[in-house]
Order: sequence, then C-alpha cells, then structure tokens
Amino acid sequence: MSARPELVCPAGTPAALRDAVDAGADSVYCGFQNATNARNFPGLNFTAEELRTGVAYAHGRGAKVLLAINTFPPAGKFSLWRDAVDTGVALGVDAIIVADIGVASYAARTHPTQRLHLSVQASASSPEAIRYYCREFGVKRVVLPRILTVSEIKSIVSEIPCEIETFVFGNHGLMLEGRCSLTNYATGVSTNMDGVCSPAAQVRFEPAEGGALMSRLGDHAIDRFESGEKAGYPTICKGRYTTRCRQEPYYAFEEPVSLNLGPMLAELVRAGVNAFKIEGRQRSRAYVKRVVSAFRGGIDAVLEGREPNVGDLISLTEGQKQTEGAFKTKRWR
Amino acid sequence: MAGCVQLTLGPLLFHWPIEAKRDFYARIADEAPVDVVYLGEVVCSKRAPFSEPHYPEIAERLARAGKRVVFCSLAEVMLRRERQMTAELCALTDYEVEINDASGLAAIGGRPHRIGQFFNVYNEETLRHLVHNGATHFTLPAELPRDSVAILADAARACGVTLEVQAFGRTPLALSARCYHARAHGRVKDNCQFVCEEDPDGMVLSTLEGRDWLVINGVQTLSYPYLCLLDRIHGLQRIGVTHLRLLPHALDMIAVARLFRGVADGILEPAEAQTRLLASGAIPALTNGFCQS
Amino acid sequence: MTFGYAHAGWRGPRSLAPPAPPLFLLQPLLARIARAVARRHPEMFARLGIHQTSRFVIEPIGLPFVLYLQPAPRNPILRALPRHARPVCEARIAAPFLQLLRMIDGEADGDAVFFARDLVVSGDTEAVVSLRNAIDDLDGSLAASVAGVFGPPGKLALALLSRRAKRQTA
Repeated sequence: MSARPELVCPAGTPAALRDAVDAGADSVYCGFQNATNARNFPGLNFTAEELRTGVAYAHGRGAKVLLAINTFPPAGKFSLWRDAVDTGVALGVDAIIVADIGVASYAARTHPTQRLHLSVQASASSPEAIRYYCREFGVKRVVLPRILTVSEIKSIVSEIPCEIETFVFGNHGLMLEGRCSLTNYATGVSTNMDGVCSPAAQVRFEPAEGGALMSRLGDHAIDRFESGEKAGYPTICKGRYTTRCRQEPYYAFEEPVSLNLGPMLAELVRAGVNAFKIEGRQRSRAYVKRVVSAFRGGIDAVLEGREPNVGDLISLTEGQKQTEGAFKTKRWR
Repeated sequence: MAGCVQLTLGPLLFHWPIEAKRDFYARIADEAPVDVVYLGEVVCSKRAPFSEPHYPEIAERLARAGKRVVFCSLAEVMLRRERQMTAELCALTDYEVEINDASGLAAIGGRPHRIGQFFNVYNEETLRHLVHNGATHFTLPAELPRDSVAILADAARACGVTLEVQAFGRTPLALSARCYHARAHGRVKDNCQFVCEEDPDGMVLSTLEGRDWLVINGVQTLSYPYLCLLDRIHGLQRIGVTHLRLLPHALDMIAVARLFRGVADGILEPAEAQTRLLASGAIPALTNGFCQS
Repeated sequence: MTFGYAHAGWRGPRSLAPPAPPLFLLQPLLARIARAVARRHPEMFARLGIHQTSRFVIEPIGLPFVLYLQPAPRNPILRALPRHARPVCEARIAAPFLQLLRMIDGEADGDAVFFARDLVVSGDTEAVVSLRNAIDDLDGSLAASVAGVFGPPGKLALALLSRRAKRQTA
C-alpha cells in the first residue's frame, strides 16, 4: 500500500476552513472571490487576507491549503488569473490546482518550486493526457474526472508519474468538467470563464399547482418536483425533459443524486489513490463538519484494517439519493 | 489577407450509416466550395470501426478534388481502444491531424498538428504554449467571446499560425462518459446497439414546457438551434479569423457552403443568404450562438 | 407539516398593518438582535455584497409571524410581521422554525433542507444564497450568542419559541 492517503476537504468560507481542519481534514481547498475558481458563487470564497489567516490556521494544525485557480481565463482577462497565482504563492499555499494550460504554464514558469495539481476541470482521463501535464508543467497530482471505474483508476496509477486524487462524496458531475458550456448556453454566464454553474442570479423557484415546485434557469424550465418529491439542484444536467422516444418526461442525463464512495474506500486505497476529495465548497459548515468527520473515520478505519463506515449521509445528498456512479460499474455509462 | 477567408467542413459529429457518409463526402468532393475537410470520429470511439476502412478512399477522393484533408482525434479519451485510436491517428504521416484532447499532444511528439474546437484554448498563453508544442492551426471553443477571439487572432498572427471558428451547425455544448442516446432507450453505452444512428442530426430534448432546447448525440450534448454566422463573416475576417467551420448536418451542405462562400466573397448579402438558408425548411431554428454582442 | 405552502406570489400586495400586540412586544428585541449582530460581525456584510439592501421575508413555519430583514450594515432592520402581511421583498425564505434555527447556527445544511423540501425559497435566489453564505461564515452559534446578549430573558424567549415550534411540527 502507498503512503497514507490524504483527505481533501472543501471550504467556501473561513469558518468552513476551520471546521474542516478541526474535523480532521488533511488538506482544505478553497478559492478567491472571483472568476479564477469554479465555485465563484455570491457570498462565497476568500479574500487574500482571509486566505492568509486560513493558511496560518491550517498550517498551525498540520493541515495543508490547496488553492483552486481552476477556470479558463479568456484572452484579455489573463491578468486576474496571473494575480491569483502570484498571491497564492506569496501566501504560501501548499498547492495550486490549475486547469488551463496557459495558467499552468505561467505558474510553472514564474514559480518553478510551487507545487501544482491538475484540476478535474482539465478533464485529463487518460495516462497520456496526464503525462502531458506532468511533462510540461511538473504537475504533482491529478484530480480524476468522475467517469472511471476503480479498476481503470488502478491501471492509470501504474502508468503515470504523479499522485491521483479522486472524488469520494458530493456532487455527481455528469458532464466532463471543463468541457461544458451548458450554463453559458442557458444564461450567458460561462462555467469555464466565470466559474459558475447555474448562477443563482438566474435561478428561480416557483410554486406550481398541487404543491409542486418548478425550478428555472433563465427562461428555461429545468425540473418540476411534485409535492413531497425530493429536490435537486437546478442544473441542466439534472433536469427533466421530454423526447420523441419517451412517453413521459425523464432525467435525460442524470437524476438528482450525489456521489458517496464511503463503502468503496478500502478498494480505492488498494487501487493506489493518494487523496480523497469531498466536493462542496458551496455547501454549509454543517455539511463540511459532518462529511469530513465521517470520511476521516472511514479512512482511519481502512488504515487500521477495519471495515470503513461513513455512516448515514443520505440526508445531505441531492435528491436524498446516493450512488457509487462510474466507480462501481461500467454500466453507469 | 481580407477577402480570402477559407471555408472548412468540420468533422461529422453524428452517426450516419457508412453509405450515407460515403455519398456525402463524394458530393462534398465534387461540389462544395470548401477548402479543408475534417474527417474522423470525434464523439464516440464505438462508431469508429464502421468508417475506418472507408477513410482512405474518402480522403483520396477529397484530396483529388483539391480539398485539404485533416483527420480529427477523439474529444474524450479514456478506454484502451480510445488511447490506441489516438496514438494511431497521431502516427499518421500522409494527412494532417487535429487534436481534440491532451492525450493526443503526448502522442504527436511536437510534430506539426492542428488543435480542435474541443480543446480548451481560451487565451494567448495557452495558444503560445501549444504553438511551442507544434500546433499550426487552432479552431476555438464556440463559447469564446468575440473580444477574446480578436486577441487570439492577433496572437495567432504573431506566432504565424491560423485561426478557425465554427460558423454553422448545432453548437457542441458538453461531453460525458455516459451515452444519453443509450439511456433514452433504456440501455447503457456497452449495449447501445448504435441507436444514435436513428437521429442523423441528434435527438431533440424539450423542456417540460415544450420548448425544443437541447440535442443529444451519444455522449455529446449540442444546442437545438443551428449556429449561423453568415452576418458575422466580414467582422470575423476583419479581426483576423482565417477559417470558418461548417459542421455537417443531414441537409444540403453544398448549398450551405455556397451561401457562406457567396457572402465571404461579397457576392451575396448576408441577409439574403440567411433567407435562402431558412427557405430550404431543413433548419428548425438559427442562432448567432454565444456571439451575442 | 406543509412543504409547498400556498404562495399568493412572493411580491404580494403592500400591507404593513400594525403588528398584533405580541409582535409589538417582539420588535425591540428583534431590533436589538439586528444591531448586536451587525456590531459583532461586521465581516458578514462584505459577503452580502449588493444584497445588503435586499429585503427578505423569512417565514418560520409553525410560528404565528414572519420576519422582515434588511441586512444593511448601518441600519439593519429585523422586525416581526403578521403572517398575512405581504411586504415588498426581493426574496422569501420559508422553513420550519427549528430548521431555520439550525441553519443559522451551522447545524443544518441549507441545500439538504431544500432537497428534503423543508425549505422553500422564492424571489431572488442570489440574495438568498448570499445571505446563507454570509451567515454560514459566522463561527459558533449565532442564536445562542444572540440569546446571550439578552441574558436570561433572551434565553427564555429562544426556549419558548423552540418549544412552540416543536409542538406545532410534532
């Protein structure tokens, strides 16, 4: 077995960072309050000063801080991303999570000793793609897209010169991240360039007859939840649609559901995964505390040779449903 | 260079029967005023074996007709067969290669190549890095704003490379590992039985309120309306775009190419061309895509 | 418990009728809470951004009143209104009182409460998300610290409200 795997936890606010560290995170990832990261939501994220304090808090307790600069700067706005990289380096973050080749190139060139991780937003899903980023920018870790089975992950491990991080809990992204313009198509705000998926400013929830709830993104109906039916995020890839070959509206891409790989932790450790990532910088402290402590316990159990049990996290999941998604079976595809 | 924008026929994104495909490219070779034709399977590796045996003949015919032929790599590379396909494609020496995923960059080993619209090139830093890796031509992602395209065009010119944007056809919006065509029919990707062949322009998804909105093409999602930049041709040329990409659809692509050529050459007014395009009745809706400004 | 309670539209007719007597007693308490929070946690206003001037109606399902909030840093407004009041607001948030308390205190996750259909949001979703994130960045228990400001009467009021909510949702 490889070295002790790292538990990588989300922090949308300084309070969440402290809670994550206190709950047993080995590292915490966060972003600045602008388009340079993929969770550029209102009221979320860190100022440079807050990040400085956050780094001190984490380092004082033996935890690391990973800075997500994982969106794609459109030509003409590169300086915002360049400044984010420079600020992150100056504040002593332990790694910068990059997706764009230009940002990676700038960071590697300007700050050659700064550790770089490759974001899931880069959609590097083959050993060749991963090796390209390692060779060009000295990337030390890749965050794999949530589309591979454990056995496929295992075979990638043996073919790449860097560490592997996989998601274990949270949003179950269906589209290849970093390759999705659905939000831009619907709203004019781009996930890749603005860091927002389904911007809250264009989300509306409307009551419908019979106690139903209609969710909208811009002008578009995304889903309708009947009274008592569990709800999901108003994202296009979790929406309900009609099509010629189906009688009823259906979840064309995926139903509201979250990823939970708690039961597969031992398998993932055996496959050689170096870091386990919990999704959810947009979630609350309550979520962070519960999920981080559950997975802390799970990973510790695996390392001690016990059966991991992350307990019941279903109430935190989208649509109050969980899945092992692509990790368990090729039939997910 | 104004006045000599080149038209290209992008890769066929949909799964057509091989006979239809051969006929299509034969007509393109004989009649379409396009300078470059991109071949190859970009969306789904499972479809590739149907076409692969026929590509040499199709490519030769196009080349004989004076078209420049470029072979495209897969936009998503994950499985062993996909890695192999990409490696083999990048080993081609007779034809130029367009790379649509970083997997191809490792395989191409610095030899000259093109970068496709599924590869994230958003800024000059990225463009310059890829030029350094051997890229000679870029097709930009559809969602890039016009101002950014202009800056990239300047950077491309400074690096001595050429720049292409999509000007016609449903806009690719997303890729997934899951096959949504199979899912719609209660199957999974491994036993899809190539049901995507039923929809030569993709399968339309409508919202709960009945608005036709998205189109499914296997693992890919596209816009329902067809992008049409007839009225932007001169503007794009002015900012330094050298090539305009027409994506193939199951309609008279020769007529489409002629309209674009006519407008580019100043023979046709954009509005007149657009009217004629819609008059065919083959296109349900047009959009100017992400270029709203 | 009702999930999809009947909205007559979130931007209802303007009616700022004088509150019923029990609400009248609540007002000074709420005003002091708002000022105390603003004084103790100035950092939360930065997270609210443009929504410092947004007007929220918070409806604790199970209590006989709704809360009207405008989280402006200099002059924060928090007051109770009768349930039938329909003040003009940018956003409306409805959830069982206990869930609201747990969310404010960092004990319940707003998204999860929404998935369970115990939280109904209408109007400007961005305003709601900003408010949620701003409150979520406050350490410790906001409710308890606020109750603490008022000493035993504050704690008693909180306990009474909680008990009442429990009784109604049981």
